[in-house]
Amino acid sequence: MATEAAGRTRSRGRKQPPGAPPPQRPAGSGRETAAPEPSDRRAKSQGKWATWLILPSLILLACVIVYPVISAIALSLQKDQGLDPATGMFVAGGFAGLGNYIGWLMQQCPAIGGGTVSCAPGTLGAQFWSATYNTFFFTVITVAIETVMGFWMAMIMARTFRGRGLVRAAVLVPWAIPTAVTAKLWFFIFAYEGIANSLFNANILWTGSEGPARTAVIIADVWKTTPFMALLILAGLQLIPNDVYEAAKMDGATAWQRFTQITLPLVKPALMVAILFRVLDALRMFDLPYILTGGANGTTTLSILVVDQIRQGFNAAAALSTITFIIIFIVAFIFVRFLGANVVQNTNIVDTKEKS
Amino acid sequence: MRYGKRLGPLAAAGVLTLALASCSGGGSTNAGGASGPASENLDGHGPITYVQGKDNSNVVRPLVKKWNAAHPDEKVTFKEQTDQADQQHDDLVQNFQAKNSEYDVVDVDVIWTAEFAAKGWLQPLKDSMAIDTSAMLEPTVKSGTYNGTLYAAPQTSDGGILYYRKDLVKTPPKTWDEMMGMCSIAKKNDMGCYAGQFAKYEGLTVNTAEAINSAGGSILGDDGKPTLDTPEAKAGLENLVKAYQDGNIPKQAITYQEEQGRQAFEAGNLLFLRNWPYVYNLAKTDASSKVKDKFGLAPLPGKDGPGASSLGGHNIAVSVYSKNKATAHDFVEFMTSAETEKFYATQGSLAPVLTDLYDDQELVKQLPYLPVLKTSIANAVPRPVTPFYPAVTKAIQENAYAAIKGDKTVDQALQDMADAISSAGA
Repeated sequence: MATEAAGRTRSRGRKQPPGAPPPQRPAGSGRETAAPEPSDRRAKSQGKWATWLILPSLILLACVIVYPVISAIALSLQKDQGLDPATGMFVAGGFAGLGNYIGWLMQQCPAIGGGTVSCAPGTLGAQFWSATYNTFFFTVITVAIETVMGFWMAMIMARTFRGRGLVRAAVLVPWAIPTAVTAKLWFFIFAYEGIANSLFNANILWTGSEGPARTAVIIADVWKTTPFMALLILAGLQLIPNDVYEAAKMDGATAWQRFTQITLPLVKPALMVAILFRVLDALRMFDLPYILTGGANGTTTLSILVVDQIRQGFNAAAALSTITFIIIFIVAFIFVRFLGANVVQNTNIVDTKEKS
Repeated sequence: MRYGKRLGPLAAAGVLTLALASCSGGGSTNAGGASGPASENLDGHGPITYVQGKDNSNVVRPLVKKWNAAHPDEKVTFKEQTDQADQQHDDLVQNFQAKNSEYDVVDVDVIWTAEFAAKGWLQPLKDSMAIDTSAMLEPTVKSGTYNGTLYAAPQTSDGGILYYRKDLVKTPPKTWDEMMGMCSIAKKNDMGCYAGQFAKYEGLTVNTAEAINSAGGSILGDDGKPTLDTPEAKAGLENLVKAYQDGNIPKQAITYQEEQGRQAFEAGNLLFLRNWPYVYNLAKTDASSKVKDKFGLAPLPGKDGPGASSLGGHNIAVSVYSKNKATAHDFVEFMTSAETEKFYATQGSLAPVLTDLYDDQELVKQLPYLPVLKTSIANAVPRPVTPFYPAVTKAIQENAYAAIKGDKTVDQALQDMADAISSAGA
């Protein structure tokens, strides 16, 4: 059932307005209606009603999330089609058990005459762990940079100054461009005879070796998604009442103190949600490196590996995407559970903070 | 969250029943034996659909119009796909898997033919479905043949050509060694000597296969097993590796796809360029081209004569799920007829597959590269014809790239390449 829960968490998280905990205590929420005794009956009939109201979306979720997930898992337990040497035609591969999963995790490929051998360089199987490493490498670096820069941009945008609307709109431009287009733009910028090299008068082979290729991907990703981060953080910043700052000023707090003692703790819920979204997004990074480098030179991510594998065999690809799914699920779980990214319940962190 | 708990069992029950009832269907991935659908509807006449990637130079529409005027009861509908090869491939796979009878006649890239044939999706072109291929260039017919049976008729072709600077080189090199000898001219003029497509993508497979085939080696044997442990194969890959280490291939060439190479050549930065025929017109007419009247064409250099180009182009095939295969067959004949082929060449600059057209004076006047292209295609070797092409091309790209960059030795690269190809077929 873990799969279903994840699906729900995600889709709910999506619908939520950018991670903003409601400023006032939510009136008429589930907690309040259920508590007092006289309204017990009303609550029951409401519950029935709610069942019917929720049903359509449950059906929809079942179709677009539960069914594909179950079907993917079923697919992943079958072997890929093999060639019948007599006819030269593909035949069904048969039941594989966990063979596909073990193949990916242990980097084992089928050997001629049955059994498995360690995957030779050049097979997709040999790239699982390096792709996992690349994915996490990109995630950690890009999200870290985007958080810092996004915070900085949000602080600027939160101030009142002339032309604020213009700045906010301008900041959004990179985010509004489709990633595939962005990737193609950066592809031309990072070409050998491209803008990046002529601007810095350099002769760097941006897509020709590991360090520069990864740097190129990180630069392009940061350029594109920092605005997203900035907007989510901005939403959080705007929920902090001005009175708090004024009071702090009266008490003689310096700007730095106001930042660390007021801004940071109060914006933390929104910040954590923003980071969570970005991390989940970055973990399935695909189009940017796929177009920019084609996955060459240490830029193959798990998603690129999945897409490459789909062209070679659905069943192993289903296993790989299930593994990817589990990895992302674990990361999301850690975030929600231990780091306090509060996407699902809008309990009142702000309230408790204010009380304490 | 409390509502969630109360609704738990109900939701679970609803979800499960509905998941099974309302959204199943599709998803079956069995590979059919060819005997079933391949023997049905062979004499069906009626309307059909032709599926092809984006018709950029407006070739297909006029042809379909012409066909429809002559065959009012067997009208052809043209379904246009995107212009991305990968997406075209995936679209075809999905529709074949769904046994969609509305994809009657399909345009397949030469490298997909074996895969689709082995999946049992293409109608064998024999008996009543046979197509006469005797007038076609032999390598193109090979690209449509799997296990001795023709599954797809050659429709258009393409081959590699050597572009050279005729203002700096009097006679084009006939062999690889001769070309490498001329690289001193490039050095003197402070330009790169030779480039092809060496970025890690399909183009690298094309160039690697050309290097190995031109040196007399091969990648796959007729049995589909790798044949890379020969001195010829080693010599072929070594040619590329050495040229890169010597600087005869400029270092930025490992980021080159077709376009970057063309731009470098047009900017006057390359003495020799391996590319497709499309470069000819652009280099002649581009405003930014500095080499408009300074370049010539030659067949690719080989070991001791013309090299073995890899084959590009597209084949045309009939789906086994088609309901009107007789019409489909006639349409395939129409699309590969001499008249149509000539129209491809004049209207779309697509290389014909019929041998005679390469000597057609009228055509040669319009497409001056045709005689060179004829040599190129006549000596061409199709890229490995294997149902595991996606895995094979990855194995070649990954290891050739590592070898060229000097990350591994040529021997190691060939060994890994062979192992990776074997495991794809196992």
